[in-house]
Amino acid sequence: MQNPNIIELSQVSKRYGAQLAVDDLSLALRAGEVSAILGPNGAGKTTSVHMMMGLLRPTEGAITVLGGEPGNPQVRQRTGAMLQVSGLPETLKVSELLHLFQSYYRKPLQKDEVVELAGIEKLMGRRFAHLSGGEKQRIMFALSICGDPELLFLDEPTVGMDVGTRHRFWEVVRQLASGGRAVVLTTHYLEEADALADRVVVINNGQLVADGTPAEIKAEVPSGKVRCRTTLDTARISTLPGVGYVRREGGMVTISTSEPEDLVRALLQADADLTELEVSKADLSQAFLHLTDQAPTKLEAA
Amino acid sequence: MGAATVYLLEWRYEFIRLLRSPGFAIPSLTFPAAFYVLFALVMSMGGGSRGGMATYLLASYGVFGVMGPGLFGFGVGVAIERSQGLMLLKFASPMPHRAYFLSKVLMSVTFSALIVASLFVLATTFGGVTLEVGQGMLLASILLLGAVPFCALGLAIGSWANGQAAAPIVNLVYLPMAALSGLWFPLRVMPESLQTLAWVLPPFHLNQLATKTIGMDDGHSIYIHIGALIFYTAAFLWIAAVGLRREKALSTAQVA
Repeated sequence: MQNPNIIELSQVSKRYGAQLAVDDLSLALRAGEVSAILGPNGAGKTTSVHMMMGLLRPTEGAITVLGGEPGNPQVRQRTGAMLQVSGLPETLKVSELLHLFQSYYRKPLQKDEVVELAGIEKLMGRRFAHLSGGEKQRIMFALSICGDPELLFLDEPTVGMDVGTRHRFWEVVRQLASGGRAVVLTTHYLEEADALADRVVVINNGQLVADGTPAEIKAEVPSGKVRCRTTLDTARISTLPGVGYVRREGGMVTISTSEPEDLVRALLQADADLTELEVSKADLSQAFLHLTDQAPTKLEAA
Repeated sequence: MGAATVYLLEWRYEFIRLLRSPGFAIPSLTFPAAFYVLFALVMSMGGGSRGGMATYLLASYGVFGVMGPGLFGFGVGVAIERSQGLMLLKFASPMPHRAYFLSKVLMSVTFSALIVASLFVLATTFGGVTLEVGQGMLLASILLLGAVPFCALGLAIGSWANGQAAAPIVNLVYLPMAALSGLWFPLRVMPESLQTLAWVLPPFHLNQLATKTIGMDDGHSIYIHIGALIFYTAAFLWIAAVGLRREKALSTAQVA
């Protein structure tokens, strides 16, 4: 049985003057799933999520969240959010911050349960200023789930977490989703989307580029990467089977392709002097780069 | 939990947050009283009109005192929380937007009440100041209500300045504005051009209202001063609303 839709976007656009931040986006996100929204900086991810949260109004199109208008008080009662916040009041204790945020909700989650899920038992008596970066992220997470939300927005949630904390965090998020909650995750960590999401939505230039399970996203795009030293020019390589992008560094060429076997055959036929041949499988990060048409070096710098 | 709980808790934690911040709590709670001890009690000793000076400075240092929480607590607080993204997080939560601003106004009035109370205790205990009960209540009420326009000014600054710039900007506004409004020395001793300038400064108008309760004002109509303070409050709120709307995601926020 298909879970009910929690969020529906129908032909949504957001315009800032001449700039089109989100362009005719239609999307339905379901309960019980972790949906990851992926895209390079400036792709329209944050604008989309802010519209879903009712912080921004779309220029055109309609959004329904939990059967209501985004941002209306009933919808907000059922929503939690972890946004990119660089600080909370430094002189307040963790227990006080939790107390305050729980007061916003009519039916908050039991305090002990929040503390347990977020793993903040030992931090309750500490002032926010005295926490490490990863501990602060855990507090932000605790505040996002303290209202027992049916819908949880997580905006780049694991920035600053160490590997152990990150894996524990993923486990808790999956646990929340399997309990029937909807989780909307934006992330730069492709590994995170691959490991955590049931569904990946790729956005670029405000448009939907791909939508599917991590496996489907990978199947849709070049499955292989071929590296070699060759004298063939880029234009010639582009005409070979399944070629996506072609990059050159010195004499070495890196080629993405959906048909690695055919490409290798064609390459060897076209250039008898070809050397240093390597073939590797694409991971999600390569799939993502292909979809958004970005050079890997650019993403790493972001 | 009831809806009123949110307002009460926001107010309480806003107050605790600042009470635990020595950089705010110490100057705002002790400077007006310290100035009062120095200028009204110690330096005027032996002067003939000691009671008069102590009474006048109760009103004008009261004005000086109630300016602080709105500017440094409210204003700088908004700038920091806006820059950090906390303001957006709260506006995305079910917290009523009004609670965010109202709790900060109440915090400013609460700190103002402590400041005014300290001045009253000093004035009546050591300064020989005698006020009728009604007179004292009126002066205290004017001072506490007078904190509100400075909350609006603080919000206007906090809605435009980033978290780091806000405190220096507030300092640049606070001290000159207090001096030029005649809170430290009477305007009569200043050049005429500065006396005219005082008319455009909000603390001047509040000081006129405060000193009128003890019969020591310049004798203009109270409606001029009340009108000026209401005008400034509205203007500052408008400036704040424009400032907050620049931030795209805060565009749906309701100010006040």
